[in-house]
Amino acid sequence: MEAGWKHQKTLSMPENKERHIVVIGAGTAGCTAAGQLAREGYRVSLIEKEGRPGGKLNSYYQLFPDRRKSEEVRDFLLAEIDSPLIILKPDTDVESIKKNDAKWLVTTTRGDLPPADAILLASGFDLFNAERKEEYGYGIYDDVITSLELEEKFRSGSILTSKGFPPGRVGLVHCVGSRDEKVGNFHCSKVCCVTAVKQAIEIKEMLPGTEVFCFYMDMRMFGPYYEELYREAQEKWAVNFIRGKVSEASENIEERLVIKVEDTLAGKPLKMQVDLLVLMIGMENAQSGLRVGEDLGLDVGMNGFFKVRDNHYGNNRSNLTGVFYAGTCTSAMNITDTISHARAAVVEIDTYLNTSGKELKS
Amino acid sequence: MKGFGFSSIKPRVIDYDRNNRTVSEYILEREPSFSLCIACGACAATCSAANFTEMSLRKLNIFLKRGENDEVRRIMNRCMLCGKCTLVCPRGVNTRNVIFITQQAFKKLDNYAV
Repeated sequence: MEAGWKHQKTLSMPENKERHIVVIGAGTAGCTAAGQLAREGYRVSLIEKEGRPGGKLNSYYQLFPDRRKSEEVRDFLLAEIDSPLIILKPDTDVESIKKNDAKWLVTTTRGDLPPADAILLASGFDLFNAERKEEYGYGIYDDVITSLELEEKFRSGSILTSKGFPPGRVGLVHCVGSRDEKVGNFHCSKVCCVTAVKQAIEIKEMLPGTEVFCFYMDMRMFGPYYEELYREAQEKWAVNFIRGKVSEASENIEERLVIKVEDTLAGKPLKMQVDLLVLMIGMENAQSGLRVGEDLGLDVGMNGFFKVRDNHYGNNRSNLTGVFYAGTCTSAMNITDTISHARAAVVEIDTYLNTSGKELKS
Repeated sequence: MKGFGFSSIKPRVIDYDRNNRTVSEYILEREPSFSLCIACGACAATCSAANFTEMSLRKLNIFLKRGENDEVRRIMNRCMLCGKCTLVCPRGVNTRNVIFITQQAFKKLDNYAV
């Protein structure tokens, strides 16, 4: 971090130090927002249900598109919340939130918080439970794993099948729990495509002799350098891409996984044996956040995420004045966009508190 | 005996584990840009031969990579090697060379097959 930048408070209003903001969730969005709020002089209570801050970054291996260690960004977040104005409350759940005049009274499993001037919900996402797509055999066949479990294998330094061998062929199934009416999710989780490309490269890096196949419906390389990573996967790592949604996984008599997929570009069905099948599980609004939202009376959109006040210029605001959103509780996002969204939330809170809410009336 | 009036139908399914992909490997060695195809179809759209025949480099690419060699044989010689496809490819694949090498590879297979 740039020296001297962290504790400058050039933007803060003098009255901010009297104000208290409760941030729910100490993941990427929550830590970023808390740090920025403190920089602008606000007092912050940062509530985290897990034992430590950092959210899902604690379990990832490397990040797309540049494959830096996820710890680097996690450590950036920890540095952000290292401020005397921020009180981190780990292992804490929100029990209830009540409005009293202009203040919010938050009760947690570890007692009441001082009255708050605004609430920032940064409760994040849950990964799709792959057992709900029964046809892929997660929880039935040992060698069907999720993308998160593959990250854990990378972190452990070895990729082995359940029988203890390096896989000769790995299949990565895109859109598991995303863009799928059958599980009630119309939305695209956005980051799974590039995660699959990243993981395909990581598999090839660790096991150069292994064949890797990505089964996709569309390749959605939306971010900067994502398309380039896709190209690198084809050109440098010989990763194979087959357009088609895998319909089912089963086991043959040799106890090897067999998948069926329509090769839509060939216009023919295809079957193939694989040693390891990785399900690229999508994002859903976190259950923990939804419980808080239900208690507060927050609107939920048809995609299951919290409904923002305006899709274009009010995507940090909720239907309740004084309650704001940051990050993936509003939609699937990558880390870059989550950080931007969290910083924007601070601007919205700042504007709200320093203009008596006039600017935010819709 | 004439099969009791039955005929056997070749399965349509691509059996990836049985198919022979040596031609695809042969092409990739000689024309590495072949790996970059994203099957957008620009080559097939501009192809002069495609107006009158089944020629489609988009399909040829997929059939090669899956080892569906009967399909490749069926369409590869429709190409006149004009090279228009190479001009439009957004991924920089040397498409003309891919077809040229494909034709070469199958000639070798046919001439020297044991």
